[in-house]
Amino acid sequence: MARRAFPLGLGAVTAGLGLFLLGPLAAVMWRADQGFSRFDLAAVSFTFWQAALSAALSMALAVPVARALFRRRFLGRSFVISILGAPFLLPVIVAVLGLLSIFGRAGLLAAIAAKFGVTLPPIYGAGGVILAHVFLNMPFGVRLLLLGWQGIPSERFRLAQSLGFVPKATFLHLEWPMLRLVLPGALMAIFVICLSSFAVALTLGGGPRATTVELSIYQALRFDFNLGAAATLAIMQFALCLAALFLSTALPVQHGFGRGLDREVVLQSLKGWRRWADFVLLLMAMCFLLLPLGGLFINGFWGLSALPAPIWLAALRSVGVALCAAFLACLLAFVLARASLQFGRSFDAVAMLPLATSSLVLGTGIFLIIHPFISPAKAALVITILTNGCLSLPFAFRILLPDLRRIYEDYGRQIALYGLEPWAALRFVIWPRMRRAIGFAMGVTAALSMGDLGVITLFASQDGATLPMMIARLLGAYKMETAASASLFLVILTFGIFWLFDYGGRRHAQD
Amino acid sequence: MLRIEGLYLEQSGFELGADFVAQSGQRLAILGPSGAGKSSLLAAIGGFFTPKSGHIYWEDQELTSLRPSDRPVSFLFQDQNLFAHLTIEDNLWLALSGGRGRKTAGQADQITDALEKMGLSGYQGRRPGALSGGQVARAALSMVLLRARPIILLDEPFAALGPGLKQEMLSVVRDVAAQTQALVLLVTHQPQDALDFATDSIFIDAGRTSYPKNTKEFFAHPSPELQDYLGK
Repeated sequence: MARRAFPLGLGAVTAGLGLFLLGPLAAVMWRADQGFSRFDLAAVSFTFWQAALSAALSMALAVPVARALFRRRFLGRSFVISILGAPFLLPVIVAVLGLLSIFGRAGLLAAIAAKFGVTLPPIYGAGGVILAHVFLNMPFGVRLLLLGWQGIPSERFRLAQSLGFVPKATFLHLEWPMLRLVLPGALMAIFVICLSSFAVALTLGGGPRATTVELSIYQALRFDFNLGAAATLAIMQFALCLAALFLSTALPVQHGFGRGLDREVVLQSLKGWRRWADFVLLLMAMCFLLLPLGGLFINGFWGLSALPAPIWLAALRSVGVALCAAFLACLLAFVLARASLQFGRSFDAVAMLPLATSSLVLGTGIFLIIHPFISPAKAALVITILTNGCLSLPFAFRILLPDLRRIYEDYGRQIALYGLEPWAALRFVIWPRMRRAIGFAMGVTAALSMGDLGVITLFASQDGATLPMMIARLLGAYKMETAASASLFLVILTFGIFWLFDYGGRRHAQD
Repeated sequence: MLRIEGLYLEQSGFELGADFVAQSGQRLAILGPSGAGKSSLLAAIGGFFTPKSGHIYWEDQELTSLRPSDRPVSFLFQDQNLFAHLTIEDNLWLALSGGRGRKTAGQADQITDALEKMGLSGYQGRRPGALSGGQVARAALSMVLLRARPIILLDEPFAALGPGLKQEMLSVVRDVAAQTQALVLLVTHQPQDALDFATDSIFIDAGRTSYPKNTKEFFAHPSPELQDYLGK
């Protein structure tokens, strides 16, 4: 019985996932009955070049920062590295509000500039969109590059030192070959993220010169109720994502530098201007990342205790959606990881399938399917849960798979020898040994879902919004102080939930 | 009686043909250079390695199509014989019950009994990480004792122990096997293990198993291949 239960469940999961991802796509293709307008082409062009520029700028900044972080040892270095991980979980709308507090019309920079009689260009428009993308993705680039630098065996650096390499030679022979391997992948990853940018474009972009395809989909559906146009745009977005995904499979795979013995890298201490340059660079990078959050804190703190009731309700909805979506993502990820180990790597591809689509493409398709039968607003939360769960599945999968693989490598024989049925194996072996990874995966997916401002915007009615959506509305109505307070509340909730899951998994973890 | 008939194992880099017979109560050492397939032969009997062809019979039952848990074997590997996150008692209960149902009073008594025989009374609440190497080996042997299967397969489980402790463990295995009249197959690198422990010995080399021979005889009149291996 139990022996057949798993393949059956697996079949259901795969079929359900496939249907959920491909069904909307089919609906979109079926309804796309309009040609491309001039505005659509402008949106495609903007989407493409802003993503390219965002990726290029993010990495151009990330390279020197990562290099400085790699070769300098200082108090608080590990704090800096962990701060760099935070923007991944930071709700996009919160980042936008933080940036406004510094770069906005009433922001810190504008105030300083005014003292000198200078007026800064407005943040709204293409510049703001790219600024926000760099803010959100540069830290991710630094983390990737830092891994690359740490991946160069320390023996190579020792050899370089014993041969008396000048910094230029070290760069040419050790660092450049690494960058050549790591950079394309990192650029591509950021490019893909920015390609589907919606929340940033919604809040900072807009107008004919700063509208992404995702934003056009939203406008076609919500403002014009032009389903055909929305479907056409969704196809364009899907084509863009798919092309990018194919392109990234053609990128070089990291081979590394051969094995080292994992000795600690002992770098000669840098002297003179290089040392100071690194210091200034790191300080500036930290300011760029922390000042907006500090600004948000200052703007939002006092209003925190006076948040109106609708915000609390929206927060409640957000938490509910996040918990359900996280559970769904982790459940799917676990089943597919288990299948990948038992039946082969093709299930990895199934788990990565959501990467080929985007929140608004999926949303448009689902909208097209359900709106003849049910009011979209009624299904808003359920659809948001399903969509967020699916879209964060790849992250959960990548977190769970390595741990599950190790359990089977270590204890697979023993499980077979005792003849533990799947349920017993789950209860006595897998769960106790995977709590840590499951807690982390739940935390990450819940946080991602908490901050998500995507598919919900297509469906929610005036009084069915999630917290990020509420903040976007406050921002649109120029209620900046309430928006800042609500953002601060959202940050606290998001990282609070992440921490609770992560801590819950680590506590009593028995490995 | 264990009958290995025309068994043929193949994996990238090695192949092994095996034909021999072994009886209950026998203790058989399997010697040979590393990479010859000693562990693979044991794994095939235990159900962890699918043979290309041939048969494995226990009494009149053909084993090759059975799952590991349905075979009449207990298996001790080089490491990871116990779940590190479970107490000794829970480990033994899983070995005894396969995780089915709840722990009955009868099972609890059996476990206490086995631990007592192994000199581990009072340790049932500990995790393997809190035991010494010798105690971990004894806990693993308690598992073999509890399962009471007629074939005991040992794939160098005591390799990490010092020589004195290893001898002690092998004598514990001898007692356990004697209680249940089990057949023991021991894979080892050390000729001394065979001399100390095994009634009979097999030598594996050049893709073939030799026929089991009385251990004293085996070393007194070594085959040319065995002479090469021993370096005499």
